[in-house]
Amino acid sequence: MRKVIVGNHAVSWGVKLARAEVIAAYPITPQTQIVEELSEMCASGELKARFIKVESEHSAMAACVGASATGARAFTASSSQGLALMHEMLHWAGSGRLPIVMADVNRALGPGWNIWTDQTDSLAQRDTGWIQLYCETNQEVLDTTIMAFRLAEQVDLPVMVVLDAFFLSHTAEPVDIPDQELVDRFLPPRRARYKLDVDDPHSYGALVRPDDYMEMRWHLQDAMHDAVARFDGVETEWATLVGRSYGAVESYRTEDADIALVTSGTITSTARHVIDQHRENGEKIGLVKIKMFRPFPTDALRLALAGIDRVAVLDRNFSPGQGGIFAAELRSALYDLPAEDRPAIYGYVLGLGGRDVTPAVIDGIIDHVRMPGIPARADLWVGVKA
Amino acid sequence: MSQIVIKDRIPERELMTSGHLACPGCGGALAMRLVLKAMGPQTVVVLPACCWSIIAGPFPQSSLRVPLYHTAFETGAAVASGVRAALDMRGETETKVMVWAGDGGTFDIGLQALSGAAERGEDFLYFCYDNEAYMNTGVQRSSATPWGAWTTTTPVEQPQSTAKKDMLAIMAAHRIAYAATASVGYPVDLIEKVQKAMAMRGTRFIHILAPCPPGWKFADEQSIELARLAVESRVFPLVEVEDGDRWTLTPAEAATDADAALAKYIGAQGRFRHLKPEQVEQIRRNVDERWQRMEKQASLSD
Repeated sequence: MRKVIVGNHAVSWGVKLARAEVIAAYPITPQTQIVEELSEMCASGELKARFIKVESEHSAMAACVGASATGARAFTASSSQGLALMHEMLHWAGSGRLPIVMADVNRALGPGWNIWTDQTDSLAQRDTGWIQLYCETNQEVLDTTIMAFRLAEQVDLPVMVVLDAFFLSHTAEPVDIPDQELVDRFLPPRRARYKLDVDDPHSYGALVRPDDYMEMRWHLQDAMHDAVARFDGVETEWATLVGRSYGAVESYRTEDADIALVTSGTITSTARHVIDQHRENGEKIGLVKIKMFRPFPTDALRLALAGIDRVAVLDRNFSPGQGGIFAAELRSALYDLPAEDRPAIYGYVLGLGGRDVTPAVIDGIIDHVRMPGIPARADLWVGVKA
Repeated sequence: MSQIVIKDRIPERELMTSGHLACPGCGGALAMRLVLKAMGPQTVVVLPACCWSIIAGPFPQSSLRVPLYHTAFETGAAVASGVRAALDMRGETETKVMVWAGDGGTFDIGLQALSGAAERGEDFLYFCYDNEAYMNTGVQRSSATPWGAWTTTTPVEQPQSTAKKDMLAIMAAHRIAYAATASVGYPVDLIEKVQKAMAMRGTRFIHILAPCPPGWKFADEQSIELARLAVESRVFPLVEVEDGDRWTLTPAEAATDADAALAKYIGAQGRFRHLKPEQVEQIRRNVDERWQRMEKQASLSD
């Protein structure tokens, strides 16, 4: 079935097709449509799930933690301040190895109040033990939501599906909605390896002394490593059924390129268009899109950027006192390469708080990055008013 | 009350094991033991941060024979909501969910989640074992600490200057099916209240006073005596509130002189040792006023 739906509803459809069993959520712009639609689906009986209308995002994640620990497939959605409020419980989900799926609609953090897109909310949750998958289109949002449950339950880690405020959340696009029967084949009911069970009582989350704490964190790291390969497998299976896959990292027209842009989210679509124009002019320039931020796809990025001289990372986010977060992560991932194989990395901070990133803005970055002799820096701010 | 009657009315099963890490004389440990005797094995325990995070034992041990989920300080009622929803989705509607939280996790940091769950009518039993301060972190005041008490953050020069928050009234105001106080000094009453609550649906709240020898500064062997004195002195009246407005004061088991009991209760605890006679008199007046308010509420419910 093909429908024209906004990105938020693409999430709702994904959750419905995945047969989530417990949903707990609190409203926040621009996420709210996701849970409004899910409320309708639950109320009409289309989705047989318990929807807990909690009094805060902190409790939303806490309720998901309780439900997931009891063996249910749990989902929530949030943005910005709401996600920040969840922070403590994101750790509980990650280190508790609970395969919760949530959607984060990227929104800038206050103050001042700003409801527009900015990735700093999700990136600030980098170290909570969540897999993070960024999306470029509404189709990718729907597919990723369904794949997220499969991946989460394979590696016992929570997955955050991330989409841009308004550019995706409130923008309607044609989306292919797969049949339930097909999704059921891809995603069987959850079989929790460990759960709260009166017939097999165990204690979860108890005090862990230094003797064991490190091993638990090592297991978490091991699961993150595993998730890289598992994601490929999940995508392959999904592609067999629907003919679509995205890759943890996607290379676009990077063959023989000297310069590559690195993007995530909807800036990617604009950048594709800009790359096409430059290619028409015979310029050797391409694009690498990062979909998976955690675990960081180091090997795939090294491969995708092999032979590139200069890399311009477009970061709609920033870490105060450092710079763009994708740029910093990419530098770190490539640093261990031999110096002659290591591209120069230019980190551009742009589009914060929903400021438009137009083709002209990206053209300006391309002009900048190819200037002879220009030193590589991680904190090049684009378009800041004097 | 004879011992034979007590034996018949307290289930013999033990779902809490020896080897737990409670301090000697811990009211909170005895409270858990009694509550689980009533709750039975088909129970999931949600445990936000509190003394019991330690008492239950470190990984890979547990002193409970029921499934136990340790969670963050302010999340008891929210996590329990999720556990309940998942059990219902799995068809395990007969499995009981209980939260076991201290006074900090109930009166202070967990109040929002508890209020949200109670407003939604989430189907679980919420137990607050109240030792009247943050004991696990070394005796800091909470909003459950009584007026005049010493804690490490209310030193004797500036003891607790506010009245204990009326948690029972707050829960009653949510008009939940059942809210009650209970005491480890009155185990039969405690067990019967748990059993009564278990027969109901929706959010049920039981507030148990749990004397703490190191925090209140009294001898380990005096816990039961102090728990009883708290009730006899009317510092901690035993009461039930059904559907938010039917208040019933549990009759004292022995006719006692409340003022004499109060003097003994305060005199036995080091946390009140700095109080001057006029301050003790202030406590007496406060206790009396609250008791009269409760009696009025109970008489209105007749």
